[in-house]
Amino acid sequence: MIASTRAELLRLSKWPVTWVITGVWLTLNVSFGYVFDYLSYRDAVSGGNQQVATALLPQLSLAGVPSTMVAGLPMFGSALVLILAALSTGSGYGWNTWRTVFTQGPRRLSALGGTMLALAVLLAILAVLTLLADLAASSIVMTVASQDLTWPGLGALAEGLGGALLIVATWGAAGAMIGVVARSPALAVGLGLVWGLVVENLLRGVASALGPLESVTHVLPGTAAGSLAGALGAATESEAGGAPGVLNTLTGVESITLLAVYLVVFAMSAAIVVSRRDA
Amino acid sequence: MNEPIMVTDELTKRYGRHTAVDAVSLTVRRGEIYGFLGPNGAGKTTTLRMLLGLVRPTGGSARVLGGRPGDPSVLRRVGALVEGPGFYPYLSGRDNLRVLASYNRLTGTDVEQALEQVDLSARAGDAFKSYSLGMKQRLGVAAALLGEPDLLILDEPTNGLDPNGMADMRELVRRLAGQGRTVLLSSHLLGEVQQICDRVGVIDGGRLLTESTVAELRGASSLFVHAEPVMRAEQVIGSTLGAVEIRRAADGGLQVVTEPDRSPEIVRALVQAGIEVHEIRSVERTLEEVFFEMTAHREPAAGRAPREEMAR
Repeated sequence: MIASTRAELLRLSKWPVTWVITGVWLTLNVSFGYVFDYLSYRDAVSGGNQQVATALLPQLSLAGVPSTMVAGLPMFGSALVLILAALSTGSGYGWNTWRTVFTQGPRRLSALGGTMLALAVLLAILAVLTLLADLAASSIVMTVASQDLTWPGLGALAEGLGGALLIVATWGAAGAMIGVVARSPALAVGLGLVWGLVVENLLRGVASALGPLESVTHVLPGTAAGSLAGALGAATESEAGGAPGVLNTLTGVESITLLAVYLVVFAMSAAIVVSRRDA
Repeated sequence: MNEPIMVTDELTKRYGRHTAVDAVSLTVRRGEIYGFLGPNGAGKTTTLRMLLGLVRPTGGSARVLGGRPGDPSVLRRVGALVEGPGFYPYLSGRDNLRVLASYNRLTGTDVEQALEQVDLSARAGDAFKSYSLGMKQRLGVAAALLGEPDLLILDEPTNGLDPNGMADMRELVRRLAGQGRTVLLSSHLLGEVQQICDRVGVIDGGRLLTESTVAELRGASSLFVHAEPVMRAEQVIGSTLGAVEIRRAADGGLQVVTEPDRSPEIVRALVQAGIEVHEIRSVERTLEEVFFEMTAHREPAAGRAPREEMAR
């Protein structure tokens, strides 16, 4: 598995898609988390609207980094991660590279495990880069706004980073699984995005009107990811300035447990399909 | 040379009601170039995929290098190019091989050696997607060569190549076999198999029709005689040579199954009998003729490629 992981890291790290998606996410994260909020803050200050300015400060502050870095993940970040993971497994069927790899000798599960672990390493890099980018953006904004540079505690930073990792890992596993099942990058990305961005939101939207459905929507992967972001302090989508997808449906512990279960189920499903199906 | 390196016993693969491979029993011996011959859709690739563990057989069994097909320890000693080269288009040829080498903890030296064997070192730094089909196929062979395998399984390695590319690929296969490797080569090109293979297995409609050496398959050589009048010529040749098979050839001549060195004798007899001899030449049956004879009685199965696809 270590050899397979190194092999997969080599090809994924040289894949432009990996860095395009990482770059798009970091840009979106800094734009929505800091640039736009800072512009609103500046307008509020110059317009004398002190109330709005004060309300915006906590999420721009360094102490707000752990929650701001996860606020965009439930909807935008997870969609991007899902695309990356679905492409990284699904493309192998179009390029016939899975077949080439399987005939080289690694066990199929070792090859798939290598892809999953390599993705996990890249997603960990993505989470750390997000944290660093947000710390840098917050420092700049707070300095420009002549505000205190009070750093968040290490515990809070670890919570934010851990939460971000769990959310991206779960959606990464979902993408990898869909890529394997669909055996086509385009179909996998399409289905994954329709599920993550459309179906889940529709279900949550109509759930209150359809009683029994509500309990189902509480345990969807998107609900769990949104609730974890909410539990980490991100403003929910129903609050002013809240990011779409951030929820307070589940507690922190519930959402962590549920995401971990999804992560395992997605990874296991992919493993079962790859090991049983003719290649 | 006679030690079997790969044996299948009634190997069968069914997809629903369609039987792609039907009880195929073949034996590949160490050190030989074995030609696996058949038209498109005959079941060649499916058989090879089963031998590599990519596809599970519906029935029968196979042993490759003494082990189970697809077993990691077996696959490390087998190099394969099946259904065309499958590589990451954005990586260079060298990086593609480095990725594959990493899976088996092979080194950069192994990669360079493989590139050198297929004459790709000069272009190894270019992206795979910029390669010509011939280069892609050669990179596929290079990938198969990683880890110095004992057995090479090459599925239609000349498919889609231009005449130069085909000649180069044949030369490469001969060279690789010359290094003591066993090569299992599938092809729908009869001329190619005739040129480079020691033994052949002929498959059509999923069934193995025969397995033997190329020479055995092509059988006895014969003489083509064009002489007038034909009836008289047939009588004279018959009485000169004794009991030989004489057939009327399609173009008005005679096909005489005998050794070519008997032609002076035949010419002398014909001339003495006052018969005009227009042409006499030795004829060897091509594998193509043998193949058509062998498969002539078979009804073309639904969904199978027509005969015209068999090319020299």
